[in-house]
Amino acid sequence: MAQDKLLRVEELLLHFRTQMGAVQAVDGVSFDLDYGRSMVILGESGCGKTSMAKAILRLLPRNVSSYTGHIYLEGNELMHLNDEEYRQNIRWAAMSLVPQAAMNSLNPVLKVGDQVAEPAMVHLGVRKDEAMAQARRMFQHVGVPADFLNRYAFELSGGMRQRVAIAMALVTSPRLIVLDEPTSALDVLTQANIFNVLKRLKKELEASFILITHDIATSSELADDVAVMYAGHIVEISDAFRFFESPLHPYSKKLMASVPRLRGDKEPDFIIGQPPSLLDPPKGCRFADRCPSRFEKCGQEPPTVDKEGRKVKCWLYV
Amino acid sequence: MSINAQFETENKPGNSTLELINVQNLVKYFPVRGGVLQRVVAWVQAVDDVSFSIYKGETVGLVGESGCGKTTVGRTMLRLTEPTSGTVKFDGIDVFSLKGGELKDMRRNIQIIFQDPYASLDPRMPIGDSIGEGLKIHNIGTPRERFEIVIEMLRKVGLEDYHAKRYPHEFSGGQRQRIGIARALALRPKFIIADEPVSALDVSIQSQVLNIMKDLQREFDLTYLFIAHNLSVVEHISDRVAVMYLGKMVEFADRDELFRNPLQPYTQALMSAIPIPDPTIRRDRIILQGDVPSPLNPPKGCRFHPRCPVAMDHCKLEEPPFREISRNHWTACWRVE
Repeated sequence: MAQDKLLRVEELLLHFRTQMGAVQAVDGVSFDLDYGRSMVILGESGCGKTSMAKAILRLLPRNVSSYTGHIYLEGNELMHLNDEEYRQNIRWAAMSLVPQAAMNSLNPVLKVGDQVAEPAMVHLGVRKDEAMAQARRMFQHVGVPADFLNRYAFELSGGMRQRVAIAMALVTSPRLIVLDEPTSALDVLTQANIFNVLKRLKKELEASFILITHDIATSSELADDVAVMYAGHIVEISDAFRFFESPLHPYSKKLMASVPRLRGDKEPDFIIGQPPSLLDPPKGCRFADRCPSRFEKCGQEPPTVDKEGRKVKCWLYV
Repeated sequence: MSINAQFETENKPGNSTLELINVQNLVKYFPVRGGVLQRVVAWVQAVDDVSFSIYKGETVGLVGESGCGKTTVGRTMLRLTEPTSGTVKFDGIDVFSLKGGELKDMRRNIQIIFQDPYASLDPRMPIGDSIGEGLKIHNIGTPRERFEIVIEMLRKVGLEDYHAKRYPHEFSGGQRQRIGIARALALRPKFIIADEPVSALDVSIQSQVLNIMKDLQREFDLTYLFIAHNLSVVEHISDRVAVMYLGKMVEFADRDELFRNPLQPYTQALMSAIPIPDPTIRRDRIILQGDVPSPLNPPKGCRFHPRCPVAMDHCKLEEPPFREISRNHWTACWRVE
């Protein structure tokens, strides 16, 4: 059973219960991720990227109405574990999350060093001084001066806080690190610095990354694989080289065309309309309403087609 | 002395007759109060001696990291915040000397599009009323005529008539930003300050808003000051681009010139950090050490010297003047000859 993959997600489904009905935030998502690779998950706001990350890490809010599918980490099925087993053995220990707006997720009344050391103490059971030594090493990895261990979050700039949050995710040496919009609130220069850190970490630590972002241009720096999400579905999975050169799905094409390029003479494109409501998504292809190449078959749910190793969920490639 | 002073003003960027906006030596310090008596204990030097001009019908992009003072420049020009010193001339009229009714009349000609489309619309007001509010304040037309202008503006930004009766929460981010544009345009201003108009939007709709702004500029003969931190967006929309660092303008040039031939080391670092959506391109990045220093106590000499990869001793001592290096290319750097 797929021993060679680090992470394998099959038909993952996460629906939320609301007063208006079930929100189908993640609706049957499958992909897999190899050791030492990084996958970028692209998509507009509200397409279910963050929900998918939360579903993989089982960080669920209370109003979940259904949560099914299979998640295999190094061949072991995680969905069979109960919450306590999951907490003890998987979260932080095997995979960790750098949450969205991580720079605001630090505790204002604890020193950042203590916060970074805490997961190591809780999940690896090491003593405080060992954990602090590990935290110090992680600070070096992400490029934060070691004397910052004794500072509070408000004494650090946005970029430094983001690095601290990344250090916290690394301190337990997990196999997989999920980064949710790690640079979206930062300036270009800081963004570039953080991405340089991530690139270096990927080489040094041999960890795998899942990077969730809507920033297509920056994501290309780190990506080995790209998955594009639209309205709760993954519509395309491809290796980064071929994706950035010629995306397959009409949505990916439009998305790529809407990125303003430096010194480009082409006017950036845009996508008319907005994504469908996930309360009652349209039958058939969910992008059909906004799609320039729609035809009669799009009224039915498109299959996921394998095209030279790339997967695309579109009738055009059947 | 007088000759010298005249010489100095003539050497500020653009003293042309075609200019619509002329900003000279704009300074804005914010007081920091502390202690029991709330005395002023320090000054945040948000904008320090910035001069530039904007010609009729052009778009000037203003870029820089967060906290460099670009928004303050925009707000001060509109007198949403009062300046510490300096002058801003709009069509030859000194904006800072205006009072009461005159100021109100001037503001009709200068409008602003705010950064956050979620926060800048009144949630309890139908958007038709929001768009028409400026018309009402300035006593333009009858209610019926005002309504017609509102409908016309809605159509111009690609919305429908019936949207006028709806509330902001019923719209998506891109639609709200277009409502913000419609509101800014309703008074038929000559000059629009757009403060990060697309940075809160998804990339798939950013260019839609930008294209609308470009079309309307042609149609109404508008002049834009486009404040943003995304250089690709600025490159796309601007005719000329100004770069700010820590309250100072460090470079100002025509767009193509600036992107092709950035002179100031900070601008060069910014340019090298621009992400390109193509994994095959290898980039040589200029990595800046450290963070932007606090504007409370900015470094002596050139404000960029602690992070500058090519700083010399002289940079620590004396502030470089903002001078014209080649035609229409202004920069402040001792390294540039």
